[in-house]
Amino acid sequence: MVEHIEASPEASATMTSTQERIPTVVVDDAHIIYRVHQGASGGTTPVAALRRLVKRTHAPNVREVHAVKGVSFTAYRGEAIGLIGSNGSGKSTILRAIAGLLPVNKGAIHTQGQPSLLGVNAALLNDLSGERNVTLGCLAMGMHPDEVAQQAAGIIEFSGINERGDFASLPMRTYSSGMAARLRFSIAAAKKHDVLLIDEALATGDKGFRKRSEQRVRELREGAGTVFLVSHQLSSVRDTCERTIWLESGVLRMDGPTDEVIRAYEAYANSK
Amino acid sequence: MATTALVDPDTGLTQAQLAARHGLRVAGERPTLVEYSRQLWAYRHFIAAYANAKLVASYSNAKLGQLWQVLTPLTNAAVYYLIFGVVLDQQAIPNFIAYLTTGLFIFNFTQSAVLAGTQSISSNLGLIRALHFPRASLPLSTTLTQFQQLLASMVVLIGIVLVTGEPITLKWLLLVPALILQALFNAGVVLLVARLGSKASDLKQVMPFVLRTWMYGSGVLYSVTLFDRLPGWATTLVQYNPMLVYIELARYALLEDAPLLNESLTQLWLVGGGWALVAGIGGFIYFWRGEQEYGRG
Repeated sequence: MVEHIEASPEASATMTSTQERIPTVVVDDAHIIYRVHQGASGGTTPVAALRRLVKRTHAPNVREVHAVKGVSFTAYRGEAIGLIGSNGSGKSTILRAIAGLLPVNKGAIHTQGQPSLLGVNAALLNDLSGERNVTLGCLAMGMHPDEVAQQAAGIIEFSGINERGDFASLPMRTYSSGMAARLRFSIAAAKKHDVLLIDEALATGDKGFRKRSEQRVRELREGAGTVFLVSHQLSSVRDTCERTIWLESGVLRMDGPTDEVIRAYEAYANSK
Repeated sequence: MATTALVDPDTGLTQAQLAARHGLRVAGERPTLVEYSRQLWAYRHFIAAYANAKLVASYSNAKLGQLWQVLTPLTNAAVYYLIFGVVLDQQAIPNFIAYLTTGLFIFNFTQSAVLAGTQSISSNLGLIRALHFPRASLPLSTTLTQFQQLLASMVVLIGIVLVTGEPITLKWLLLVPALILQALFNAGVVLLVARLGSKASDLKQVMPFVLRTWMYGSGVLYSVTLFDRLPGWATTLVQYNPMLVYIELARYALLEDAPLLNESLTQLWLVGGGWALVAGIGGFIYFWRGEQEYGRG
């Protein structure tokens, strides 16, 4: 059952009291099917591989997953939208599709500008120092070298990697996973994005960093962008987003003000 | 869908009409070739910085560090000289050391660029999935990294050429356009193999053999006059082999009496320039056509 709740007039009116609301992401009945590799599972010997070649069958360890089944919604400028749902409900998949990294099998996704996906898996160059990675990351986002030089110190300070000694000049492979994730978030958050997609990235930092990053997400939003946040931590969704979309097994269950959606989701999760 | 309490001109539109009204683009759509080239130009700083970073990172675990940029080609040349110069004793070629190292270094530029290029997409998936930039930046920066390596080995080469008693002539200047043509050719080939290798294919396993065959067909290790013994069509094939052409151009520029397979210098330049154009433009277009697929799956 799909339940659509009207976005509360107060919430949207505060941002768009005078001008009309500008959509930044329009998802139109999107279906996403992708192939997953199950890893080594039977038939991994050279003989089996040869037999597959001769018989022209696909490798047995590839399976198709219908991850998103006809989801539609519209995101507007200035909104921060939380995406919640159980594991495997298609949250991360739809973010990657919005970022243009996964094709849509049916339907369409339209975006304003180029959305940037910020995930915990986003790797930079591990052999290089944090400072160099900041420069590279900023250039890769399309910044001008002068702009990078201006911002680099701020990014490192924001990430807090220098709190315990001079880590910025050490190679990134020496970082803890939390430090690396913080640095990646700081780099991505340094630029104004039309649409910023955050996948569990805030969950990795410590408390102080989480506070700073929530503040940063708010700023990015005020800079007229749209922020999507995928998280299993309902508290961080509640703190940053006023609108929430609940996906369950690839279907949109509910779309509305965060409080209402989270209440319904918690009731659902507890009843299971 | 969610509607506001205000009078909204968007009410009643379908999702697709709403997107069209506000000029939204389909996610992950491929830009036009002109637009793509323009984007790539805007990313030139990234390409340069990334190439530089890769060069630094490649020796970051070695004690001797950047010294390996020079030591690697030197050791390589020493090994091949031991086998082909001392053991097999090639008397036919005057100044064999210089002949061998020129061929070796020039070929190595293409060889290492192609090997690194095969993986330039598949080994950077993290970066590709995290950030949006024209993907051709990666193969191009791979080529640039190898070009920087080449410059280091050219310093070594010129040292060897001078020590072995070749005179400095104005012809040496011809090395510059020859290397530029080869770099263009390499960029095209690297773009080609980058797309082919991006599908986690078996190309990585096959490439070393392809490159070794190519090396034997480019007259790197022995006198190119040996190719005259082949049947006519095979000699012609070898004559148009781009690697042989670039090596002959470099040998012509640096060495006084190196044996050349191509008699006509004009033909050498034409073939070298032709290959650079065909590979450069063809590789770029081929890579661009796959732009929306990199990093998917």
